[in-house]
Amino acid sequence: MVQVTENKDMKKIKPSLGKRIGKFIVKNPTGVLGIILVSIAIFTALFAGVIAPFDASKADLAHRLDVPMWLDDTGKSQYLLGGDQVGRDLLSRIIYGAQISLIVSISGVLISLVLGTFLGVIAGYFGKWFDDFIMRIADIQLAFPFMLFAIVIMSALGTGIEKIIIILGLTYWVGFARLIRGEILSLKEQEYIQAAKAIGGTHIKIIMKHILPNVASSIIVLATMYIAEFILLEASLTFLGLGVDPTIPSWGGMLADSRNYVTTAWWTAVFPGVAIMMTVLGFNLLGDWLRDRLDPNM
Amino acid sequence: MAKYIMKRLLHTLLVIIAISMIIFFAIRLTGDPVTVMFGAGEPTKEAVEQITEKLGLDKSLPEQYFIFMKDLVQFDLGVSYRSNQPVLDLILERAWPTFLLAMGGMVVAVLIAFPVGIISAVKKGKSVDIFGRIFSLIGISFPNFWLGIMLILIFSVSLKWLPASGFDSFSALILPSLTLGLILSGILARLIRSSMLDVLKMQYITTAKSKGIKDWVVIIKHAFRNALLPTVTFMGLQFGALLGGAVIVEQVFAWPGIGRLIVDAINQRDYPVVQGGVIVLAIVMVVVNLLVDLSYSIINPRIRTGRG
Repeated sequence: MVQVTENKDMKKIKPSLGKRIGKFIVKNPTGVLGIILVSIAIFTALFAGVIAPFDASKADLAHRLDVPMWLDDTGKSQYLLGGDQVGRDLLSRIIYGAQISLIVSISGVLISLVLGTFLGVIAGYFGKWFDDFIMRIADIQLAFPFMLFAIVIMSALGTGIEKIIIILGLTYWVGFARLIRGEILSLKEQEYIQAAKAIGGTHIKIIMKHILPNVASSIIVLATMYIAEFILLEASLTFLGLGVDPTIPSWGGMLADSRNYVTTAWWTAVFPGVAIMMTVLGFNLLGDWLRDRLDPNM
Repeated sequence: MAKYIMKRLLHTLLVIIAISMIIFFAIRLTGDPVTVMFGAGEPTKEAVEQITEKLGLDKSLPEQYFIFMKDLVQFDLGVSYRSNQPVLDLILERAWPTFLLAMGGMVVAVLIAFPVGIISAVKKGKSVDIFGRIFSLIGISFPNFWLGIMLILIFSVSLKWLPASGFDSFSALILPSLTLGLILSGILARLIRSSMLDVLKMQYITTAKSKGIKDWVVIIKHAFRNALLPTVTFMGLQFGALLGGAVIVEQVFAWPGIGRLIVDAINQRDYPVVQGGVIVLAIVMVVVNLLVDLSYSIINPRIRTGRG
């Protein structure tokens, strides 16, 4: 009996799910927008094969630089966002392009995260010359503009998705390493860590159980922001002809192709850029919102 | 203080050496410049050997690096394989356009970011702030080369107001500077907002307000001046991003700067030009960072006690 009345009371206090979602949206407009944009990008990348209306790599010179369907009075164009310089469907290429952007950025972030966490933990937890050595390398990497570094290395190695991923991973670990090292230095002297040490906790156990959970939220925020940055960097490199192989549909590559047709076929230059911007904005909004929620210090 | 400066100088030198090594060895992986120089023709074996020897490419790598560093110290960056001109001359020729572009970008960024950042901070949480923050986020989410293409589409192709390329008039500088500056203003506005927020929390702001000083006087004279310090440091540190951005923006607008020189040289396998160009940009950046660090430590003595 008692439980039933309690449940009734609970219902009165707790608004319906719809209302709660509505309230959440009103309270976190930027976060919700971020989540929506990121979800669209991930969904598009995962189901590209199903969503894409045409074959993204099949040239069809009859439809070369076709105007977008809704602007075409002749009824010749069958492409929603128009055709590119060899008559491929722009929309399908943009959909497949999402795969490249996300694969490169997420894999790049994973590599830099693992490497950065590992080196950051070693530097912060064990200190001494490890710390000096790792932080010196970090300083050098920070001093060298990434774009210049990437231009030199990519021109040496040639285009390729895996090469961009490795370069991003091997340069951006510094951000994670510094973050984690800083947190560890401030956590190390805390009483509960000292206590864990005193009762005979091993290094691994202390790091895994007490230190990493404490830095997890900062790491997630940084990782989200880096995904946004990596998408931009990959697109820039590909635009310069130093990123993804030009035969693979990628947003940066599409913009590079469009350069000679900007004056005659604006759509080839507009839509791939919109795709980049929306996706990057999504991750930035998400990261910003997560930081506000998870990290009250910022 | 002297000890701190020495430490920073030594560190800077270390960074420059590390960078020169990375670039030197990476460039050597690019491919054989001799074959590229002959283009489509079939060169004789003697001709290839002769050129290889002339360029010093027959020596061992450490030897080549040693020669390269020895020359670098004497400001000798070698001779372009293509045009046979000294690399330093080529770079100096292109330095002015890149400098102009970087300054133009900085001016645009400051003009936009300062008001946006300050107003955002003062009106924290209000709709102006949300607008400001979204503006900044959009700014950092724009691919700079795409922004350049869009500006060309709007102002050159459609409206025909401004030239899409060229370097001969002031109007040619506007679109490239806008492209570079708008992107940077996003980052800068975010920073100004957060450092203003930090300062506005301080007790001396409350004191100033309670003395009956007008709001905007407190904001500009008391808060903004203190928020400026981290901002200026940041702008110095952002110099590298500015140069990296310039490399790409120069491609879009066919701007005759160092960035285009480097990218063209990569396609022509012109080792000395790529090497020299990247090293000069890197050194400029490292030195700017050093100067910012040092000036900051003079203004704010607390910095010196930290880890150098």
